[in-house]
Amino acid sequence: MKTTGIVTGIVSNLVTVAVDGPVAENEICFIDLAGVKMMAEVIKVNGRFASVQVFESTRGLRNGDKVEFEGRMLEATLGPGLLSSVYDGLQNDLTTMENVFLQRGEYTDPLNREKLWEFAPLAAPGDKVVAADWLGEVKEGWLPHKIMVPFSFKGEFTVKSVKPAGSYNVDTVIAVLENAEGEDVPVTMTQKWPVKVAIRGYREKPRPSRIMETGVRVIDTLNPIAEGGTGFIPGPFGCGKTVLQHAIAKQGDADVIVMAACGERANEVVEIFTEFPELIDPHTGRHLMERTTIICNTSNMPVAAREASVYTAMTICEYYRAMGLKCLLLADSTSRWAQALREMSNRMEELPGADAFPVDLSAIISNFYSRAGMVVLNNGQTGAVTFIGTVSPAGGNLKEPVTESTKKAARCFYALEQNRADQKRYPAVNPIDSYSKYLEYPEIIDYLDKTVEKGWVEKVLKAKNIIRRGKESMEQINILGDDGVPMSYHVVFWKSELVDFIILQQDGFDPVDSLCPMERQRYMLDLVLGICDREFNFPDYEVCRTFFKELINDLKQMNYSEFQGENFRKYQSNVSKLLEENGK
Amino acid sequence: MANKAYQRVYTRLEGITKATVSLRASGVSNDELAVVGGKLAQVVRTKGDLVTLQIFSGTEGIPSNAEVTFLGEPPVLKVSEQLSGRFFDAYGHPIDGGPEIEGEPRQIGGPSVNPYKRRQPSQLIPTGIAGIDLNNTLVSGQKIPFFADPDQPYNQVMADVALRADVDKIILGGMGLSNDDYLFFRHSFEAAGALDKIICFINTTENPPVERLLIPDMALTAAEYFAVDKNEKVLVLLTDMTLYADALSIVSNRMDQIPSKDSMPGSLYSDLAKIYEKAVQLPTDGSITIIAVTTLNDGDITHAIPDNTGYITEGQLFLRADTDTGKVIIDPFRSLSRLKQLVQNKKTREDHSQVMNASVRLYADAQNAKTKLENGFDLSDYDHRCLAYAKDYARELLAIDVNITITEMLDTAWKLFSRHFTPAETGIKQALIDKYWKN
Repeated sequence: MKTTGIVTGIVSNLVTVAVDGPVAENEICFIDLAGVKMMAEVIKVNGRFASVQVFESTRGLRNGDKVEFEGRMLEATLGPGLLSSVYDGLQNDLTTMENVFLQRGEYTDPLNREKLWEFAPLAAPGDKVVAADWLGEVKEGWLPHKIMVPFSFKGEFTVKSVKPAGSYNVDTVIAVLENAEGEDVPVTMTQKWPVKVAIRGYREKPRPSRIMETGVRVIDTLNPIAEGGTGFIPGPFGCGKTVLQHAIAKQGDADVIVMAACGERANEVVEIFTEFPELIDPHTGRHLMERTTIICNTSNMPVAAREASVYTAMTICEYYRAMGLKCLLLADSTSRWAQALREMSNRMEELPGADAFPVDLSAIISNFYSRAGMVVLNNGQTGAVTFIGTVSPAGGNLKEPVTESTKKAARCFYALEQNRADQKRYPAVNPIDSYSKYLEYPEIIDYLDKTVEKGWVEKVLKAKNIIRRGKESMEQINILGDDGVPMSYHVVFWKSELVDFIILQQDGFDPVDSLCPMERQRYMLDLVLGICDREFNFPDYEVCRTFFKELINDLKQMNYSEFQGENFRKYQSNVSKLLEENGK
Repeated sequence: MANKAYQRVYTRLEGITKATVSLRASGVSNDELAVVGGKLAQVVRTKGDLVTLQIFSGTEGIPSNAEVTFLGEPPVLKVSEQLSGRFFDAYGHPIDGGPEIEGEPRQIGGPSVNPYKRRQPSQLIPTGIAGIDLNNTLVSGQKIPFFADPDQPYNQVMADVALRADVDKIILGGMGLSNDDYLFFRHSFEAAGALDKIICFINTTENPPVERLLIPDMALTAAEYFAVDKNEKVLVLLTDMTLYADALSIVSNRMDQIPSKDSMPGSLYSDLAKIYEKAVQLPTDGSITIIAVTTLNDGDITHAIPDNTGYITEGQLFLRADTDTGKVIIDPFRSLSRLKQLVQNKKTREDHSQVMNASVRLYADAQNAKTKLENGFDLSDYDHRCLAYAKDYARELLAIDVNITITEMLDTAWKLFSRHFTPAETGIKQALIDKYWKN
């Protein structure tokens, strides 16, 4: 018997329900508004009253309206066909909705039930299996999509039968398992999983030990993010958060990318729909859309579903991780999610924490970030979920609860800065405040030593130091004037400009410069650091400025030219010539 | 709004604040309208049988035994072609002495467009103002506010932009407009002979502040009728959104909600996004473009209202007085149109984006020279030329009283470049220099 209830109170999308039976925290219910069933989630229980957040507009709802509880939490439907889909925060397929306007209570199936998939068995009768073990495989685009023992299965099962290779739809029973009691349990290609619970089903979660390349120098060289790592990008509006995220989405070295547009502009999502199907994944040569799932809950869509959207996105990533794939989750922006939590907490009249956010904000954020990570599966293979979230700090001030809580949870910090954006120094990542904790991991240092070059991290730290010293010199020059400081201050300043212009800045719209592979990053950093090691002599600061400006221009042209191509070498010989002339 | 005969009338209020009343009643639906002591009100909260109503025109003079009747539905606007050329109050009643509108009643503040049904905006909206067309080109389906201090002529600029834009309908939502500004809009629209394509929803400073909350939804419901049903290009003007946000904070305060930054409600972002995200390019030719005004307090864009707005809108146009020329200009540094690259060089001449970047970069050099001058350092020849250029640039291009075509703007910019600089100093691609440099 399902628990039922009636509505007894309404404030915006927070509804109080008097219930006639047991209800669980986060349980899903449907509120019947004149025949339209609206989905809602229990967020508090008090005596026989449950507070539920409704994922739709509550306009027209009355006290006395009927509610039915489902006895389950908010679930994601998992199976082949998730990739290249466009979902809302509750995983409704937006592409199969017919109306121009989103209709209340219109829920669509996340998966195409008719489509046939080319299935190949991986398990054989008699095999002993547990949750998340692979039973078979279908080709989803070019990815091997594993059909697994559902994550919710407890204990050990024996494979009784597996379908032979062939074309089946997702609802076909592809295997029958036998449980400890000797009962038959059918398995199809799909399964459901509650989004707010992390998917387990792996052997262990070791420390990350590899770098995920993004082709963005200010990330890969200066502050690399690990495969299975976490990072966040805070920045005021107009600093290029979205451009940077899109660059990572286009270039990130991952098998699967899930983008959660969480409470942001609809036109930015339209840009992804419009551009991604045209773009080619630089690592595989396939269409980008084939490895991308978009979860889209824009700022004007119901607030409660905003919170659900990031969880749905994470669940999909974890699902693909269990197949031994490298997944990247991008969420823009986690501040909007936190604001959704704030709105609900406010309506429930909870005592607020800082800036009226709920007091457990920090715990919620770190709990979510902890779902990322590299895992060793039961069969010894590895999979990873790398998570990068953006944060939109109020007034661009990083001393606010969401930024501070995220800073505690994420290991990489990419601070976008208004000042750099104003000077068109893109990507406007502040080189001094930003950091990657992974540069301190012995595993990562070792990995970089082996894959990039020996002593790489020391070089990176050296580049950072040049920037820091350059900033100090610039401050002195600004106070005392060009003539008021010794020549060496100018040289130190211009060396930092060199690192800034050639390593930090990158033209996200240039076909060559936008994607910089690690080998090329190594080459350029070595070249630039080599120049910074030199002693220079200049008669006055004007000569110094002109010299470095020319040098920067030639090196910049190298960034724009095909690596080791004719132009590239031509500009490099210009650089050598300039250096020789000054040496005389 | 007449009471229905069989409707139950309540006569005992349990509580009264400046903006809300509460009473015990049953069968009430969320968001529905009611009449309290002759004033229009809307249900904002029910808790058991205790219902809280927000009184749009304020609770002054409402006695605790006021008559309350519920109307059974949320606010609606009657939509039809008859809306064209008319002036309405916040409730959609005519204030121009004309007849009531006949048409299909639509609930205001309706659902959002399915993002997947949107198209990427791609149609240029020329305004004649170089600070906009050259540096921050507008695109139909965009949403963008003017950020301006209260002493700036933002309403005049907005009226100019609206009348020059090539659109089928202009819908003005005026919130807390001074009576003078209301008459100004009315006269400018009349003088331009554009009344037949104008629709106005007006709340002046003489009207109660909470009424303002209805204005954007009214204006946008009318806009959706013309854009979605009639496939028209609609431009919506909303002024002043700061006063709208202030009204939000009044209501949330009266409902004892905990304020977040700058005493604004915690839901400010969602509340504003709900309005601005109505801007849309539909797959049919219909579109809704929103140009709004957000007044600032002494240029402070970190205040919660402009800050949240900036995260929602696709850029902002920053008005300020230029001390060199005494003119009001559109600040090239602090203004931004996020959609400009969708039309620049595609719908405009090939040199557009390069000319724009060069002109702004040189203007930035002039600012550096100015700082040097103020700090008492010597200026180089280049610095002097930059300063001279900045003056011409502000007068001939950035000033809001400029009204020329985009091609003329580009030609003017090339003229200024050649007057003050060498081709190399502009940093423009050689191919374009060869073609457009004015000797």
